[in-house]
Amino acid sequence: MTKQLLILGGGTGGVIVANRLRRMDPELAITMIEPSPVHTYQPGLLFVPFGKGTVEEFQRPLERQLHSGVKLLQTKVESVDINAHTVATTSGDTLRYDVLVVATGATLLPEETDGLLGEGWGKNAFTFYDPAGSAALAKAMDSFASGRLVVNVIDMPIKCPVAPLEFSFLAEAFFTDRHVRDQVDITYVTPLDSAFTKPVASARLGRLMEERGIKVIPSFNTGQVDESGNRLISYDGQEVHYDLLVSVPLHGGAPYVSNSPGLGDEINFIPTDEATLQSLVAPEVFVIGDAAGLSVSKAGSVAHFEGEVITKNILAFLAGKPLPARFDGHANCFIETGHRKALLIDFNTSIEPLPGHFPGPFGLPLLKESWLNHLGKLAFETMYWHALLPGISIPLIGPEMPTRGKGSLAVTEL
Amino acid sequence: MAAKLVSGVEVELNSEGFFANPKEWSEEMIPELAKAEGIDPVTERHLEVIRVMRHEYETKGSGPSVRALAKVSNVPIKELYQLFPKGPAKQAARIAGIPKPIGCI
Repeated sequence: MTKQLLILGGGTGGVIVANRLRRMDPELAITMIEPSPVHTYQPGLLFVPFGKGTVEEFQRPLERQLHSGVKLLQTKVESVDINAHTVATTSGDTLRYDVLVVATGATLLPEETDGLLGEGWGKNAFTFYDPAGSAALAKAMDSFASGRLVVNVIDMPIKCPVAPLEFSFLAEAFFTDRHVRDQVDITYVTPLDSAFTKPVASARLGRLMEERGIKVIPSFNTGQVDESGNRLISYDGQEVHYDLLVSVPLHGGAPYVSNSPGLGDEINFIPTDEATLQSLVAPEVFVIGDAAGLSVSKAGSVAHFEGEVITKNILAFLAGKPLPARFDGHANCFIETGHRKALLIDFNTSIEPLPGHFPGPFGLPLLKESWLNHLGKLAFETMYWHALLPGISIPLIGPEMPTRGKGSLAVTEL
Repeated sequence: MAAKLVSGVEVELNSEGFFANPKEWSEEMIPELAKAEGIDPVTERHLEVIRVMRHEYETKGSGPSVRALAKVSNVPIKELYQLFPKGPAKQAARIAGIPKPIGCI
């Protein structure tokens, strides 16, 4: 009998799994459930507030990103029954699965922070983490010429942990180009005890923030946003005033997870084996990307690297064989630092981002600002639509983190 | 790593003050560990949170983040900060004798 593979979510992870499996096993019946007709290139949302592109330019029809033979159901998931192996949709259908791939990512939860959705939301308080917010922020940035811009991460985990730092660097360059940099104070408010969690990268990024005159307020746990008084208030009573707030709201898993007994953890992420990507809640359930309750970064590059591992393991599982592939937590990202420069970091669960070159000794410079990396970031979008989503392996950039080309520190396990 | 005497028992703590071997911990150590965190006296409410922290670690293999701690303990985040002003997850984890809760990057 034909095996039924059901994929929940049409983001980066879902599309990669669908397209890879379609090619690896044409016999498999693959169905994807995703309510949105468009697929968004999420890294693009970082650039929209600075007038570099519109949301529409970063969106394409989802159906066209999927290989023919992948069935797309445009509806929402109501709940998953992990014992009956079924998924109920909000349109009233019940679908049975042999393997379920959870790829529904992370959901923004601004309503969970007291006051964030208050009177200032959409006026002088925004997020660039969703398409509508990013577009609205573009207008506010365009008319902002003096005062204090605060970038606030409320709590981890968040998607693309470097994006708020990039936003700060790009804002610095944006106001410099507009000759109002001396009128604008940029302050970065984070719950972490420094700019970033990984020590070597954090030191480098922290120095760069200082050089660019961006203030960092660490260890600030936002408990409330007072939008009539334009201030952030921490749980221990500290306050930060803002004129324009760029907030990164709390993230959780998809809402249907809380209607699905046994599927998720307290904040709706799915407990997952970090090496095999099989869930810890049921053997037929696999998890890719941000939906997983893992300590790896919630980033598109991670979903990409996971794609190769998870698809091998799913086919082995369906064949009743032991799961052969192992994920090492590999992530890499270009960090835009403004002024047409970027820096590149490459790391995994046990080896932190280090200086050197990627993917080998003559590649792009790591942890160092360069124009080449900025070009790399821009070129990446083309690669995303034409290689990454279709599930074509990119030469030299595989799931296992390369160590050649990195400094001697590269073998220092943390 | 440093050895430290807590309630007359030698325990191994890492550079951030978390237990290297959670098995070396016992409930009798709570008041002394709490005092080192500036928490004195330890109330019943503190104990509730510390026990949840320990239980989560023992059943799931890692301590919860502040948000997850609030959900499993039914103690609101605001109150968690009143109980453990320097960071509920970290402080309660040190007192509960478990490793640092896995932060997400």
